[in-house]
This record gives sequence, structure tokens and C-alpha cells, in this order.
Amino acid sequence: MEYFVQQLINGITLGSIYGLIAIGYTMVYGIIGMINFAHGDIFMVGAFLALIAFLVLVALGVSSIPLALFIVLLISMALTALYGWTVERIAYRPLRHSFRLAPLISAIGMSIVLQNYVQVAQGARVKPLPPLVQGGYTLIEGNAFAVRLSNIQIIVVATTLILMAGFSFLVARTRLDRNMRACEQDLKMAALVGIDVDRTISLTFVIGAALAAVAGLMFLMYYGVVDFFIGFLAGVKAFTAAVLGGIGSLPGAMIGGILIGLIETMWSAYFSIEYKDVAAFAILIIVLIFLPTGILGRPEVEKV
Amino acid sequence: MTTAPVLTVEHLTMRFGGLVAVSDLTFAAREREITALIGPNGAGKTTLFNCITGFYKPTVGRLLLAHPGGASFLLERLPEFRIAKQARVARTFQNVRLFAGMTLLENLLVAQHNPLMVASGFTLLGLFGSRAYARAEAEAIDKARYWLNRVGLADRADDPAGAMPYGAQRRLEIARAMCTNPVLLCLDEPAAGLNNRESAELNVFLRAIRDEHGTSILLIEHDMGVVMEISDHIVVLDYGVKIADGAPSEVRSDAKVIAAYLGVADAEVAQVEAEVGL
Amino acid sequence: MSERAPVPRESESANGRLDILAALKEAAIAAIVAFGLFALLIGIRTDQGPTGALVFTTRFGALAEIVAAVLVASLIRSLIWRRTKTFSIDRLVPGFVKAAASRVAVYAAAAFLVFALVVPIIFYGNRYLLDLGILIVTYTMLGFGLNIVVGLAGLLDLGYVAFYAVGAYSYALIAQNFGLSFWICLPLAGILAAFAGLLLGFPVLRLRGDYLAIVTLGFGEIIRLILLNWQGLTGGPNGISGIPRPSFFGLPFSSADNGFAATFGLHYSPTHRVVFLYYLILALALLTNWVTLRLRRLPIGRAWEALREDEIACRALGINTTNTKLTAFAMGAMFGGFAGAFFATRQGFISPESFTFAESALVLAIVVLGGMGSQLGVAVAATVMLGGFELFREFDQYRMLMFGAAMVAIVIYRPRGLVATRTPSVSLRERKDIAAAVVRNARTESAA
Repeated sequence: MEYFVQQLINGITLGSIYGLIAIGYTMVYGIIGMINFAHGDIFMVGAFLALIAFLVLVALGVSSIPLALFIVLLISMALTALYGWTVERIAYRPLRHSFRLAPLISAIGMSIVLQNYVQVAQGARVKPLPPLVQGGYTLIEGNAFAVRLSNIQIIVVATTLILMAGFSFLVARTRLDRNMRACEQDLKMAALVGIDVDRTISLTFVIGAALAAVAGLMFLMYYGVVDFFIGFLAGVKAFTAAVLGGIGSLPGAMIGGILIGLIETMWSAYFSIEYKDVAAFAILIIVLIFLPTGILGRPEVEKV
Repeated sequence: MTTAPVLTVEHLTMRFGGLVAVSDLTFAAREREITALIGPNGAGKTTLFNCITGFYKPTVGRLLLAHPGGASFLLERLPEFRIAKQARVARTFQNVRLFAGMTLLENLLVAQHNPLMVASGFTLLGLFGSRAYARAEAEAIDKARYWLNRVGLADRADDPAGAMPYGAQRRLEIARAMCTNPVLLCLDEPAAGLNNRESAELNVFLRAIRDEHGTSILLIEHDMGVVMEISDHIVVLDYGVKIADGAPSEVRSDAKVIAAYLGVADAEVAQVEAEVGL
Repeated sequence: MSERAPVPRESESANGRLDILAALKEAAIAAIVAFGLFALLIGIRTDQGPTGALVFTTRFGALAEIVAAVLVASLIRSLIWRRTKTFSIDRLVPGFVKAAASRVAVYAAAAFLVFALVVPIIFYGNRYLLDLGILIVTYTMLGFGLNIVVGLAGLLDLGYVAFYAVGAYSYALIAQNFGLSFWICLPLAGILAAFAGLLLGFPVLRLRGDYLAIVTLGFGEIIRLILLNWQGLTGGPNGISGIPRPSFFGLPFSSADNGFAATFGLHYSPTHRVVFLYYLILALALLTNWVTLRLRRLPIGRAWEALREDEIACRALGINTTNTKLTAFAMGAMFGGFAGAFFATRQGFISPESFTFAESALVLAIVVLGGMGSQLGVAVAATVMLGGFELFREFDQYRMLMFGAAMVAIVIYRPRGLVATRTPSVSLRERKDIAAAVVRNARTESAA
């Protein structure tokens, strides 16, 4: 029982990270109908930016860890958002009116570019970081097993919740939500009624990238090690999470993320760790067979 | 009343969640006749079509299709492609659905997919150049040429369907449907966007289909000129409910139909509502 | 829609002074963006120090260079390139050259084929080029196979490498454990791969395009992970080695007296086997090509293309779209399986490392960049991409980076692929090519 609760905690923490990345996928897919293959690598770039920013801050003499982390969060979000914006401008905007597969190929190319750019710039080796946030709480003292809730786990989940709340509030209060939904429904018409489509789409990418940056920092703190390849697997799983939750639905992305995190953790804990990635995909396939538009997805009724 | 019904719709109801698109509809379309479905927008006509052709599954009701002197089919139980293939119900779409990147000829050959598949031995014989397949393909091309001639598009047979003008696309869609040798042809607004001359040609064409090929036609239409000119039988829908059913002359002067289209004077509203049963 | 005239911007205004000012402003913004992007990742280099902890060094010189390069490039773009863009290269080329070029294009396919046939003869002494040739033809064949699924039937498959892997491993296991000859194992591997295609196709039939994509990607990963972890069957990360090499219809390629060389009175050379392998994969690729072209003219091929154009219309015409999709998957998978079997016998050793998502992505890129549904396009794209990749070998780690950048550049410049027309499979009078602008998957989609 205690073991199960521990896995639950671990799964939710991991799932929060996936959820933050998944939001980026679902927002972009919702608005321009494209799978942003490079988004996972944006997450990776965010993790690297956080790492480097942190090292620089420490070298500059910032001794308070919470302060450093806060500054790192801001810097990482800002710069990663810049990456998201740039990728959209260079690789996707020229293809906006092209057919569906062209931006996909462009995204795959961009993914390759980002991965190799980081590899060339920082070396192919993994980058370890000593644990920044130590300690935690022992929740339940079982006979054989004690359930621990570490501080870092609290931070991850709390940050995610705060961001989700803040983000939903922000989007709902401003015109952004309406603009985005208009663009989702009919891009041409949205432009015709005066919505700055370019800006709305750019903003979508920027927000998605910023959230991925947060995920990157969380990942860095939680696992303590990053390398240039973390983007691919995390990205694919996050996209799986977005589809699972119903593509185009923001709460769905977060729910999907948590589900994938839980599935992965539970599977490694109770069955086999080698096949944990298989479990996530297999569950996705099964869910899609019965719910072709995901859990919270809007059922597609094609006009005949 | 003496001709047998080809399509019998019984107590058909179609609900989408809380919205009732078609409510307890019963009517029959008879063999070798042109039956028109008319009614204001949103009356449920295309929904009815989609139920008949299997794209929607009706919530309640029975759809019986009877081939002249032969098999009968319960359409509400069949998937769309079987309705087209076995029950031989063909249709056109409100927003023309052609294979835009393929030529007109190719479009008509795709329509003859099933007989050609059999002739090609489900591809295997065809792969090795069987003569039986070559013959079957030649026949299929002949049939395609025939229909292209009927709709006046033979000289553009090798052009992509997507590049055709709108009127031509509509005609092509009908030709493509006819290539499947249907018993019942369902046309969704075939006259939409056609000018007077084209509508007149369409009338001639549809009558010829009925008379020469014995195909029963079920058509949704807003163009009253076409409807009154060629229909043998008209069914009127309003808000998913049948409000009239009979020969054109009867329907034309039916007060309920006029009310549905044109509305009634304020003084008469209560009376008409009582009549209609609201 | 993508061929809009360039929107006049400030830098094209009549006032020359305004031009330069605006260009400078744009360049400044570009430089600032570049600085933001590269400051931390290029300006700072992290490495593991002597204690294992991370230390960093600064590379501000490199950062400055790159920002300066971006600044200059932006200026060049604003002041020079945008001006010349109004003279599209197209208009500069005189009419008769264009007419000649289009006539040449007709013979391009034939010329390509002839060239492919004589490559081993021309480059006999150059083992490196022969190997490259084998690689290119292998990917061309994979491209042909995927073309059936993506190009003809319009089904977005991101996990094609799964069938390549199934073919390779099936071949390896059957050949090793049952000792059957290549000519028996090859079709068996193809059949098993086709079966895998059916297995994959079945659950994904109802899914919309992009969901289909992620599920097929997942399937590709599942196969790779199973291969990696099922040690008992597949040898896990160590793979399978000692796969029987091909023989010349029974004559081994060795220096023994019963060997190929001795039988034909030739001096033994290891190149013999390589040349045989080259012609073998070429034959397989040509077979795939021939089958695809014939299938296009048969009802199934037309049904695939119709499926791509409009699935609902297909169903309304009585076509069983489920079976049509399954057939496409199975056919594509089968050819992928053949290619996999060839790969196994050529290398003599296979491991899960060769079957990653990157392979699926590469084959997809070849199909899309070649021009949807076009066989010649696939061959050209494979040659350009793989050949180009090899050409830049000395750039070492920058090579992949340039490859990705090239992919992006090509798809932006020619989104419809290198061969941007579709040839109808049958014609009444004359066969006219259809511009890609009209064909589904290559034409612009209006808002769904």
C-alpha cells in the first residue's frame, strides 16, 4: 500500500512535467492543426538554458538557491520563448498555407537542427547537476516502506498548478482565448474580421515554449541530469499525453500528462522497467480505439 | 399508387443529443419515379439523406429498400459502403465531393471499383495482365465515356476534376453516381448554383435517367422550378416533421406548405398552429 | 496561395534613405534575437570538470562572430535580396530553354535508370561509392514502399521503420535457425512484415490523419523496444550477428574452388559480392517500382488515390475503405520487409540501433521531398539527400545539423516536392500531367 502511494506521488510529479510540455503541443495543434515535432526539443533547450543560467548565476555570486532558481526560471522562460518564436517564424510561417505534410517535415528538420545544435554547442555528454533542493517529508511510516514526499516534488506540482491557474486566468480574461478559438475554427475568417492571426499564432508558440521551459527546469531539478536527447522521448510522450487527453483541450493535455506519468511509473514499479515506454504507447492505442478523439476531445462529426 | 415502393421510410427519428433533426418520418418513394424532398433550411433533409445512405445511424426507424422484383435491404443496419454496393443506392453531396486530383475519367472508373476488382481477381490476375481484366477495363471505360457524353464533358475527360467549373463538377458527380448502376439515386441539391439554362438541361437529364435507365430518383432541392417541373411525388419537411406528401399539384396549394415557406398573417397564426398540430 | 506577390515593405519604398534605415532596424532586431538565442548556449560552454561537477568556459568570441554574421545576413537580405526577388529567376530563363528542359524531364527517368544500372561498372574499383550506391538504392526502395501508404493512399505513417525491422529480424532468425536460402527467406520476411502491417493497420483504421501519425510512431517505437528487450529472441541490444551472407544462386562468394570467382574463371575479389548486392537491391527496388506502377492502373491503386482525395466519397461509391487501407498498409509493409531482409543479409549483423524513429523520419522526408506519389521524385530525393549527406562527411558533427537545416530549407522552397505533378493512370485521349496544386496532400487545404 505504501509502495503504491509512493508510486502515485512519483507518477503525478512526472506527469506534471509531461503535462506542461503537452500543453504546448495541444495549443499549437488546436490553432494550426500541426504536430510541432520540434516542441520536445524546445523543452530540451529550456532545460539547457536553465542549467547554464544557473551555473552563471552561481559563478556571479548569487548564493541564495531560491532566488537563483527564480531568476533562472524567468530567464529560461524568456529565452526559450524566444526560441519558440524564432522556430515558428523561420520554419512554419512560410508553410502556413501549404499542405499538411510540409510543416511536419519542416518540424522534423527543425527537431534535428535543435538537437544537433545543442550537441555541437555543448558537447554530447550528459550534464549533471548536484541536487539543488534537498529534503522532504515522510508521509507514512509503513513496516517495510516509508512514503516520502520530497520538497522538489512539492515544488514541481505546486509550480504546475500555479502556472495552470495563472495561465487559464490570463487567457480567459484577455482577448487571447477568443482570438485563439477563432483561429482554431476558421483561420481565414479570423483574419478577415481583423484578428491579427500572425500575432495570435506566434503567441501560441511563445506560451507553449515558455511552459516547456518551466518543464525543462523542473526536469533538471528533479532528475539532476540533462543531455541533448531528452527532448525526443519526452516530446513523443507529451504528445501522446495531449492526444490521450483530447487534442485541442488544455485541461485534457494536463490530465493526459498526469495519466501518462502515472502509467509509466506504475508500469516500471509493478511490471517491468524496460517496457515502460511501450506501456504508454500501448495504452494510447487502446484508448484511441474506443475513444477516437481522446478522453476530453470533441467528437468529430464530419459534415457529409 | 400502383407502382411498388422502392424506398420505404417508417417512423424515422434522428436525434443528435438533445437536438431532434428528424421526427417520426414516414413516407415512400416509388419505383421509376422522381420523388422530391423539399422544405426550408434546417428541415432535416440532408440528415434524412445521410440516414438513408448510411452515414448516420438512425436513432429509431426502419428504412426498407426494395429492388424491383428482387432483394430487399434494411438500410439502417448496413454500413455506407454496403448500402452503395449491395443495395445500390448512390448519392451526390451538397458540397460536391469529387476526387479533385484525378481526371474525370479516373473519377468515373473509381465508381466502377467493385466490378473491376472482381474482374481483376482482386488484383492478382490484373497484376499479371489477364485479358479478362483488360476487357473489363475497356468496358468500364466505355461506360465512363457514355456518361461523360451524356453530361457533355467527354472532351475534358483527361482534365483534373478539381479544375472544372462548378456546374460541370455537379454534372460529373451525377455521372459518377450513375456509373454504379444504382437502383435509387439520391441527389442533394443538384440544381444549386445552376442558371436557368443549366437547370433546364438538368431537368431533361434527370427525366432521361428515370425513363431510360429505370432508376428511381430521390432529390433534395430548393429550386421550385426544377421540383415542380420534374417531380412525380413531393414530400415536404419542416423542422424534421413531414407536413405534406403528394403530387406536385396538391403540395403546391397546401396551406401548411405555404405557411412553412412564407409564413402566415398574424391573425391566422393561432389557427394554423392548431391545424399543424403544434 | 503560396505564390502570393511579396508584400511591399518599408524597405522597398521609393525613398532610399528610408530603405536603409528600415533595413538597419530589421538587422538590429535580428541581431538582438540572435544574441538572445545564442548568448547562453554558444557564449557559454559547459563541461564536466576534474571533480565531475560542471564547470564552464566562455566563448564570447564565437558569440560575437555569430551575432555579427546574423546582422550582416539580415542587411544583405533587406537591401539586396528583396530587391532582386521581384525578378524571379523564372522570368529570366528564356522560353526555349524551359521547353527543352521539360522535354529532357521525360527522359530523366530513363537516364536515371541507365545510370543506376551502370554504376557498378563505372565505379568498380571504388568500394566506398559502391556501398553508397547500395545505401541510396535501399532507401529508394523504402521510399517506394512508404510511397504506397503516404503518397498514394494518403495515410500518414510515422513508424515505417517497424516493417523494415520486422523484415530484417525475420530474415535473420529464419535464415539462422532454419538454414533456408536467401530466395526463400526473403519472401517469408516480406510476408511476416505484411502481417505486421495488417496488425498495425487494424486498430488505426478509424483514426483521423494526425492521430494515425502518432499511433504509427508509437508502434514503431514499440517494435524497437521489444527488439531491444526481448533478449531471448532478438539478442537484445547486441542484436543478431552471423547472418548468412548471400550467395550467387548457390555459389558462395569466397575464394574457394567452388566459389563464384572460380566458377566463372575470374580472379577472386571481395568486390564481387558487393556488386552482386548492388544489383540485388536494384532489382528489388525496380520490382517495387514496377508493382507500384501496375497497381496504380488497377482498381486497388485507383481506390488508394481516391481514398487520399476523399474518403467519404469513396464510401458513398461502395468502396470498402477499411480493406483499402489495410491493403495499402500491408503492401507498403511487405516492401519494407523485403528491404529489411536485404539489409540483414548485406550487413551480416543487425541491432535495434539501426531501427530508430530517425529512419522513419528520413524515409518520410524522402517521400515528401520527392513529390507525393512520384516514383522518380523518390529516387531523386534519396540520391540528393543521402548523397549530399555523404558529400559533407568532412564537416563531421556539423553534418547532421546541416542535414536538418537542408530539410527545412528544401521543404520551404519547394513544399510540393521535387517532382510536383501527378500523372493520371489512364486516359481517354492524351495523358496530361496534373499539377500538384490540385492533388490532395499537395494542394493547400482551406480551413477544415
